[in-house]
Amino acid sequence: MEIVEKITNGDRRAAAKLITLVENNFNQAQEILKKLYNYTGKALVIGLTGPPGSGKSTVTDKITKILRGQGKTVGIIAIDPASPFTGGALLGDRIRMQDLSLDKGVFIRSMSTRGHLGGLSQATQATVKILDALGKDIIIIETVGVGQSEVDIVKVADTVVLISMPGMGDDVQIIKAGIMEIGDIFVINKADKEGCERLATEIEMMLDLNQNSRWRPPVLKTIATDNVGIKKLLEEIDRHIKFLKESGELEQRRRDSAKKEIFDLIREQWKEILSTFIDNGFLDKIVTKIVKREEDPYTAVEKLSSILVHSYTQGGIKNDRKD
Amino acid sequence: MEGKKIRVLIAKPGLDGHDRGAKVVARALRDAGMEVIYTGLRQTPEQIVETAIQEDVDVIGLSILSGAHTHLFPKIMELLKENNIEDIVVIGGGVIPEEDIPELRKVGIAGIFTPGTDTHDIIKFIREKVK
Repeated sequence: MEIVEKITNGDRRAAAKLITLVENNFNQAQEILKKLYNYTGKALVIGLTGPPGSGKSTVTDKITKILRGQGKTVGIIAIDPASPFTGGALLGDRIRMQDLSLDKGVFIRSMSTRGHLGGLSQATQATVKILDALGKDIIIIETVGVGQSEVDIVKVADTVVLISMPGMGDDVQIIKAGIMEIGDIFVINKADKEGCERLATEIEMMLDLNQNSRWRPPVLKTIATDNVGIKKLLEEIDRHIKFLKESGELEQRRRDSAKKEIFDLIREQWKEILSTFIDNGFLDKIVTKIVKREEDPYTAVEKLSSILVHSYTQGGIKNDRKD
Repeated sequence: MEGKKIRVLIAKPGLDGHDRGAKVVARALRDAGMEVIYTGLRQTPEQIVETAIQEDVDVIGLSILSGAHTHLFPKIMELLKENNIEDIVVIGGGVIPEEDIPELRKVGIAGIFTPGTDTHDIIKFIREKVK
């Protein structure tokens, strides 16, 4: 049976193998992803993000159990950082999801960022499609523990849940740009810890300053380990999805996300084309000139771009697009 | 995003709560550039095999100190076979008496590493087995 057929028939092993191929050899995987694309677009994608230790894995575990109780199937992509020195990674999100490992309605994939910044891995977007085609109703992406500017999750998720916890800094942290702007739902986990009320007030005040939004993000309190507030969180996710659909925002988000994906893929493809120039020693020659001050980097890049565009239009790089 | 990375599942079957050794090995493999999936304590053979499938690992490293290896290791190998997975390298570590090793090899455990093993030996072993 062909791999696409296997995956759409729910073959977990085939899906797992394709995810590996996406991570290791994207060009090869692409040929399969092309055929798989028609079977995607049905799943809803929830992104969980927040600082390390805020409880993303535990929240993932708890909401998955409720979703399963509602008869929905769930795919989970759990991302942990790679070592900048060795490229290795310790992927430990499954520790909090042990009970889910034998549930055939749940598929969990742990993933290393492989050096990619932004909170996700390069392979995340393709993996969402694979789990979608595998038939999962809901896909949960758990980002790496983030700091202030890892906001890639907005490219992929329909609903972004930002999980924070008390005791992480003063109120100026909350009005800074970046991560605090991307939450559709705010969760203060470990709500039994001191400082929860203050944090909630500060987030509410920050949200009150955003006047232009049609969706006012709710601020929820949870104690994920004790299952406190999780049901409410799912209700709010449902309410947000409903808002997205009724307001036309879902389509807009998916358009934005497709646009961003195209740019990402183009960037990757050109990076690869460029790297063949490096292999040919072509780039080395230019670098030598720049270092010797015989040429400036700006002119060099202009020239290089025109060479690339030229070879592209001359068919040096395959171009069979007609539209 | 290119390039093959060796993926290893470090799992602790059985009921003992000693995961120091498993964590040391997990850390050493991470430092050797591998992607290590660590699942925590008290995993059943079924959980281990299902996790190995979803994570598409090249290697399963089993750590056990409870003495139940002669029961649990063969059970895991059996489940792998049932699922038509013959290409995953399975290794074991922990308190495993010398006289049990031949039997474990017979069921398909590729390598047994007892206390005192240099982690470099484990890394070397995995790199040679996973091509």
